[in-house]
Amino acid sequence: MEPVIRVENLVKRYGSRGLGRRAEAFTAVDSVSFSILPGCTLALVGESGSGKSSMALCLSCLERVTAGQIWFEGRDLAGLREKELRSVRPKLQLVFQDPANSLNTRWTVGEIVAEPLLVRGRISKRERDARAAQMLEHVGLGAEYLRRRPRELSGGQRQRVAIARALVLEPRLLILDEVLSALDCSIQAQIANLLVELQRSYGLAYLFITHDWKMAAHLADEIAVMSHGKIVEQGAAEKIVRYASSPETRRLLGAPPVGREAMEAVPKP
Amino acid sequence: MAQHEVITEEKAHLRQILEVRDLRVAYGRRDGGVLHALNGVSFGVGAGEILAVLGESGSGKSTLAAALLRLLPPSGRITGGEILLEGADVVRMGAVELRRMRGSGVSIIFQEPSLALHPTIRIGDQVAEVLRAHQALSKRGRAERAREILAKVFSDDVQRICSSYPHELSGGQQQRGLIAQAIACEPALVIADEPTASLDPSTQREILALFQSLRDKLGIAFIFITHNPALLAGFADRVLVVYAGKVAEVGPTEAVLSSPRHPYTQALLKCMPQVDTTQGARRKTLLPVIAGAVPSVVSLSRGCVFEPRCEQRMEICQVHEPVAAMTGSRHEVSCLKFPA
Amino acid sequence: MMRFLLRRLGHAAFLLIGVSVLAFFFSALAPGNYFDEMRLNPQMSAERLRALRAEYQVDRPMAVRYIRWVGAVVHGNLGFSFAYNTPVAPLLWARARNTLLLTGTATLLVWMLALPLGVWSAERLGRPADVTLSWATAVLLIVPDLALSLGLLVLAVRSGWLPTGGMVSVGFEGFSAAHKLRDVASHMVLPVTALVASALPISLRHVRAAVAEALEAPFLRAAEGHGISRRRLLYRYALPAAAHPLIALFGFSIGTLLSGSLLVEVVMSWPGLGPFLLEAILARDLYVVIGGVLLSTLFLVAGNFVADLLLYWADPRIRAETTGR
Repeated sequence: MEPVIRVENLVKRYGSRGLGRRAEAFTAVDSVSFSILPGCTLALVGESGSGKSSMALCLSCLERVTAGQIWFEGRDLAGLREKELRSVRPKLQLVFQDPANSLNTRWTVGEIVAEPLLVRGRISKRERDARAAQMLEHVGLGAEYLRRRPRELSGGQRQRVAIARALVLEPRLLILDEVLSALDCSIQAQIANLLVELQRSYGLAYLFITHDWKMAAHLADEIAVMSHGKIVEQGAAEKIVRYASSPETRRLLGAPPVGREAMEAVPKP
Repeated sequence: MAQHEVITEEKAHLRQILEVRDLRVAYGRRDGGVLHALNGVSFGVGAGEILAVLGESGSGKSTLAAALLRLLPPSGRITGGEILLEGADVVRMGAVELRRMRGSGVSIIFQEPSLALHPTIRIGDQVAEVLRAHQALSKRGRAERAREILAKVFSDDVQRICSSYPHELSGGQQQRGLIAQAIACEPALVIADEPTASLDPSTQREILALFQSLRDKLGIAFIFITHNPALLAGFADRVLVVYAGKVAEVGPTEAVLSSPRHPYTQALLKCMPQVDTTQGARRKTLLPVIAGAVPSVVSLSRGCVFEPRCEQRMEICQVHEPVAAMTGSRHEVSCLKFPA
Repeated sequence: MMRFLLRRLGHAAFLLIGVSVLAFFFSALAPGNYFDEMRLNPQMSAERLRALRAEYQVDRPMAVRYIRWVGAVVHGNLGFSFAYNTPVAPLLWARARNTLLLTGTATLLVWMLALPLGVWSAERLGRPADVTLSWATAVLLIVPDLALSLGLLVLAVRSGWLPTGGMVSVGFEGFSAAHKLRDVASHMVLPVTALVASALPISLRHVRAAVAEALEAPFLRAAEGHGISRRRLLYRYALPAAAHPLIALFGFSIGTLLSGSLLVEVVMSWPGLGPFLLEAILARDLYVVIGGVLLSTLFLVAGNFVADLLLYWADPRIRAETTGR
């Protein structure tokens, strides 16, 4: 099966190009390669500063890549110009961590979800509303949410709206950048379930970026561990969780502070 | 009795430094309605104890933290109950005594360290400000003492941190700066409201270890508020589970985590993805969730507040309100399945 | 730090040059010149006129005149006034001094009042005291400056307490030093009052808004949680945090020191820069006009520069940005 997306030797360097500044280049992503098959989830696990958020920005073409290729639907996204990218963007959607900041507080939920349709071209208001209502239903929110505003919603509901917005243009790949981190435990479970169901229904591929290895192991087919811009370990989820070999991975998967025995002695409810 | 339970028994004889009795807090809403954030919360904290308050959004845990120091926003007020801190009732304290208590009797560490530090004052000076408010030291004395305090929470590079501004520090370092401010006047109790929420897992672990070492070395008790049960094992002595402004369950950590009694606690712990390293992972299965949502306006209705979402509800749950009942060594639960 | 200073100075210089070019060309573009008025004067013969024009080089092309003018400015010579037949610089400076006396005093008073009142108001946001003050400032804002100045004049005339215009009384030269001081001071009362009354509401509102926002900030609540006294919270925590917009406003105050008092000066016959420039514009006294515009621009640019420096000093985050971290 042909992968949905194939990243080859991706490099992202943030440096100074402006006048009069000292050259302080910072390599956020250092020659990273991976691929994701349709309907599968790759989890990118790492801590802050590991480069995983830069990865998300590069893949969604919000940042220009310094070197390397991103093969998507037979084309190298890194080499495309802005105009050519516009036809690709709908297929590659990004959902952010903080629903409070990624939704326009002045708009209604219906307007937020339908916004990508506006960018696409002429489409009547009635049709937009219909599509928005349809998407909201898919994420478990009823049509009454169309008229509500983000500040009236809970964190979990806002995240559902963000996912609905990402799905409205029928993407093939969703880049989920720490989408569960800001949510309560029980809500994390709800949204995780939603993601699993959506993947089953639509055959979506996910790049699930997180620092929560347990959720990563639960949701992902493959795990890639990132540290200081490099992938230090990559493989099938079970293999990584059971036989983590690199010290980085072991540290990330490491025990709670004191009393690892206490944690392991606790029988699962 | 197992080793852990023996230790807990010993701790039961600790001096109680905080006793909260039937605390009620309400917020006035703009449309004239009232939001009952806390509806009769009672618990105690012993000297040098780490009590975890486990609750999700809407449980009232942040309200509890603010109420303990009477730092509620203007629309909130304490409508009943007592907060006895080393015997003195915080609810009825005068303004002067209150100000003196804050920072030296009890301290609080709020969420979001990047926002809780003043952006244009150096860290060392911010710690010195707390000293200035409570202790009569010379300017130089304060500066030296501030450095000493920072040395307790930062292992190295103290001088640089002391003269740094908040934006020059990482999230973990900012949090340590806040902790330094909180322990500056060696309070008996520090309340930490989700101190690790915005931090990496390894930084989280460092901060938790720091709390433990401060408790061990300085005898400071902590109230650690969080929504993440995974942090508690091996860290907190006791856990208090709050739901919709009421205490659902309270007991020693191992007891609450391994054999939770309250249906809410049970459901909450089941929600977490269990990654079994021995069997094959049950990947991509649906996690058990708690149906419904946390009630947003808690009208003081009859019956148990969790009843609408409870999978083990009985008929009487709609009519009677549960009362705290003992179910084990220092393990209390408020559920009608366990009559008092 | 040096780089920041140099960059700002560069901006300032660029602005000044640009303004001088524009001022020069626009005023030269205005129809007519000084000598056109003279043509109407029957006592002026045509040859005389031609000679004068040649002397003042009025007929040379614009660019040439500009370059010669720039050359002169560099030497401190701002040109020659046609009307007064004397160099421009001393004329302008004499008048500017008078204006600065007025506006300097007024600006100082405004800030001395706006800061404490603004803080006091922000502390009591929404409560009766604050609401009353807000209404009072709103009324002051609405009343047109002209009406205010005239009103004050009428008051002076009716009551006879204060002199009604001008800067000095008759016989000023003969006064003792102390008397001179008292005299100027009594003449200053009305115009300064008018200026303060028009500028105070704006500054007050800005201080109030900035401090109120700082009082809502999380770090303030955290500091309150540490038991820090109310006074310290206001002046050590809230006010510095509110510095950003206030410093910008302060820079603006300095910038408008020369240009903000035209109306008041005209109404109260204060011999300041404003009326002088007005005269010069009407008379097409080219070099006076350009000199005046340049001087005002200098102050504006200096004001901005001072604000930039203050902000750099007050906010470490800006220092970090500009060193290219």
